[in-house]
Amino acid sequence: MSELSFVDVTVRYGRTTAVDGVSLDVPAGEVVGLVGESGSGKSTLARAAVGLVPLAGGRITLGSEPVPTWGRHRPLQMVFQDPYSSLDPRMTVGESVAEAMPPGRSRATRRAEVARLLELVHLDPASAGALPSRLSGGQRQRVALARALAANPTVIIADEITSALDVSIQGAVLNLVRELRRELGLSILFISHNLAVVRYVASHVAVMRGGRIVEHGPAARVLTDPSHDYTRELLAAVPGRTTRRSQP
Amino acid sequence: MRRRWSGVIRTPLGLTAAVLTVAVLALAVLGPVLWGTGADVIDTDDILAQPSAGHWAGTDNLGRDILFRVLVAARLSVVLALLAVAIAVVAGLLLGCAPFLAGRRLGRLVSAAVNIAVAFPGLLLALFFAVVFGVGATGAVLAIGLAGAPAFARLTQTLVAGVAARDFVAAARVAGVGRLRILFRHVLPNIAEPLVVNATISAGNALLSFAGLSFLGLGVQSPSYDWGRLLYDGIGAIYVNPAAALAPGAAVLLAGLGFNLFGESVAKRLGIGTGPSVAPMARTAPAPEAHTEATPTDVVLDVRDLEVTVPGEAGPVRPVRGVTFQVRRGEAVGIVGESGCGKSLTALAVTCLVGDHGRVDATRLELLGHDLRAPDTAVRRGILGTSLAMVFQDPMTSFNPARRVGGQLAEVATHHQGMTRRAAADRAVDRLAAVRIPDADTRARQYPHEFSGGMRQRAMIGMGLMGTPALIVADEPTTALDVTVQQQVLDLLAAIRAADDVALVLISHDVAVVRDVCDRVMVMYAGRIVEDLPAADLADSARHPYTRALVDAVPDMTTDLSQPLATIPGRPVAPADVPPGCAYAARCPLADARCRAEDPPLTADPDHRVACWHAGEPLPDRQSADQLVESP
Repeated sequence: MSELSFVDVTVRYGRTTAVDGVSLDVPAGEVVGLVGESGSGKSTLARAAVGLVPLAGGRITLGSEPVPTWGRHRPLQMVFQDPYSSLDPRMTVGESVAEAMPPGRSRATRRAEVARLLELVHLDPASAGALPSRLSGGQRQRVALARALAANPTVIIADEITSALDVSIQGAVLNLVRELRRELGLSILFISHNLAVVRYVASHVAVMRGGRIVEHGPAARVLTDPSHDYTRELLAAVPGRTTRRSQP
Repeated sequence: MRRRWSGVIRTPLGLTAAVLTVAVLALAVLGPVLWGTGADVIDTDDILAQPSAGHWAGTDNLGRDILFRVLVAARLSVVLALLAVAIAVVAGLLLGCAPFLAGRRLGRLVSAAVNIAVAFPGLLLALFFAVVFGVGATGAVLAIGLAGAPAFARLTQTLVAGVAARDFVAAARVAGVGRLRILFRHVLPNIAEPLVVNATISAGNALLSFAGLSFLGLGVQSPSYDWGRLLYDGIGAIYVNPAAALAPGAAVLLAGLGFNLFGESVAKRLGIGTGPSVAPMARTAPAPEAHTEATPTDVVLDVRDLEVTVPGEAGPVRPVRGVTFQVRRGEAVGIVGESGCGKSLTALAVTCLVGDHGRVDATRLELLGHDLRAPDTAVRRGILGTSLAMVFQDPMTSFNPARRVGGQLAEVATHHQGMTRRAAADRAVDRLAAVRIPDADTRARQYPHEFSGGMRQRAMIGMGLMGTPALIVADEPTTALDVTVQQQVLDLLAAIRAADDVALVLISHDVAVVRDVCDRVMVMYAGRIVEDLPAADLADSARHPYTRALVDAVPDMTTDLSQPLATIPGRPVAPADVPPGCAYAARCPLADARCRAEDPPLTADPDHRVACWHAGEPLPDRQSADQLVESP
């Protein structure tokens, strides 16, 4: 199994440095949670890994090889935040999933594979013929996961995949993420601003601020016994830990 | 999709335009077949004749029937116009898609060239090309086609850039799909509609430009003739036979009008132009209700049987269906629910912000004893302006970006409280300081974009505090903010409540935030309140299966990591198809036949209202995620 490594990665947009010398490992078969506030560079790091943003320095490797950013073999896949924007409204669910499959398979194999993947994400295989507009946000996000899985990846980057979803649906997607790791042995870089969500899915947590990683370690330690002030600040801000109700 | 296109001909204008366009196209096909020979019959005995029964539009200087010639000329005019449009579209598409395919540096060069070309007036380009390509039909087609290309290229470029920025294109790139393939599979299908519409409109314009060029003698040369040529010939004899010029003129006018209007109505229908229009609903006068029940004096907001009706695709829909609640002085009430459950519309209804397209009905809707259903008068606006504060989700769009923050706050005081500008400006600074904005004096003179998101949201709350609000309605005030900033805003709201006994209605999808801030929580589903309970009971004593599922579905920092999270299968009910029984029945593990047939009422217990036939019954064991398979 290969592991995803960021080594001293720097990304610049013009003069602003969005990611500043980040080194981070996603070990094989683990879920690493990446938390931080908006503008901290989490999404930029993700987009850099899949080649959507050019690197200004450092390197990103997948099991000691550089991440391939051209050709059809893409072992690193990404799931995006907004399931309403990440599926082509004019392509059926089946077409979207099949598009990400490595080429050179027969039509029947592809169809069977689409059905298998949809079942894997708990969608009725018959929904392969449906357009995304007929699906709820949670169902769309599961299609997006199925599409990422279609490329037969070893690592998946999930960028805020539950933050555009209703809370009632978020649970189903989080359960699925845990299940995929458990059953397929996938490594996942799980980006979120929600600490409770990260705590639920991740075994390791990295905290990012201002383009740098300020703390990194096993989830149980970072979330219960943080060593950096910023992590403490984030933990204190999780709603539900204090009360502001009127005094009776 | 098909329905949207067929909807075009359902409007009177669209139907007229479609009929006109089809007629012109039919004439182009059939004209030369039917009247081709008649148009070429030379009758030297009857030259330059006035209109008569034999020749309805008279004859030309060779005695040929002008009406026939106008009808026959339709083919050449339309074909040339369409050819020109085809050139414009193809050249435009190539130039417009080039930046997407060519990469950053070359793309920028192409865009710059197109931008420069767009700046030249089309007719000037056409005249220039007409000189280059020589006088004649070929030159004119190339001229008008190429003159139209920059505008098309520009449009294509903008549309392509819009689609290329969407995540599904990024997803395809991550999957290793090539750029050309992405262009044909993802980008072009998603921009086809506006392009087709614009091509139709430019067909009308090309027709007019052609008539113009031919009329100037730069287009079609005899013995061929199009409408412009006929106009050119007819204008010389206008004092002898006005019909000779008027007939081709009318043909150009009608055909151009047809294409243009057809394109416009399709654009309107597809929402490209002004967007689909919704027929405004008449605001019905509320039936005055006799105040039989005495309202307790500490009630700030009293809402009974609130209904909001908005126009939908197939007739009016009712996203809020009979909501009844009271908010007392200093109380914090949370409204939670999934998107589309009507929580935001409820907030807009109680703040009189629903707008003209929706209708608000209620048997009682009172703020501090003032009837909010009353007609919109200065007095009512004054009450709303000073005793009610509203905080919206997106602090970026709730301020006017072109005006200074201080000025926008001061406006409340000058408008509603009759303060002088000076006093109002001082009060604005004071209020900004009150919402903990550091250096308020300087900040008041800044523009909204100079504020951070959290600071903008605090300034918005500060605007609400310009008066002496008795109620703050906050619709997802922290959803767009980071957690640490969220905490500051929630702290601020709590401090304001404590200081002045201000009531708060907090709308949120986040159960944790509501539990943290509010005294009482109302859970909404499909436009109704399904449970209304003290916030402290939310975790353990919720009785509605929906509330319980909602609470269980959200992980917190103490969630058991060995168990799967609770999920709610299916999707929320759309306001347009609310079932006759309980709206939640389809997703509820406790639902039975009665639930599907009868909608449970909200029980009257004031401390804990619940609308469920099976309230409080134990839920079956949590469904394992492996068994859950959904279909849309």
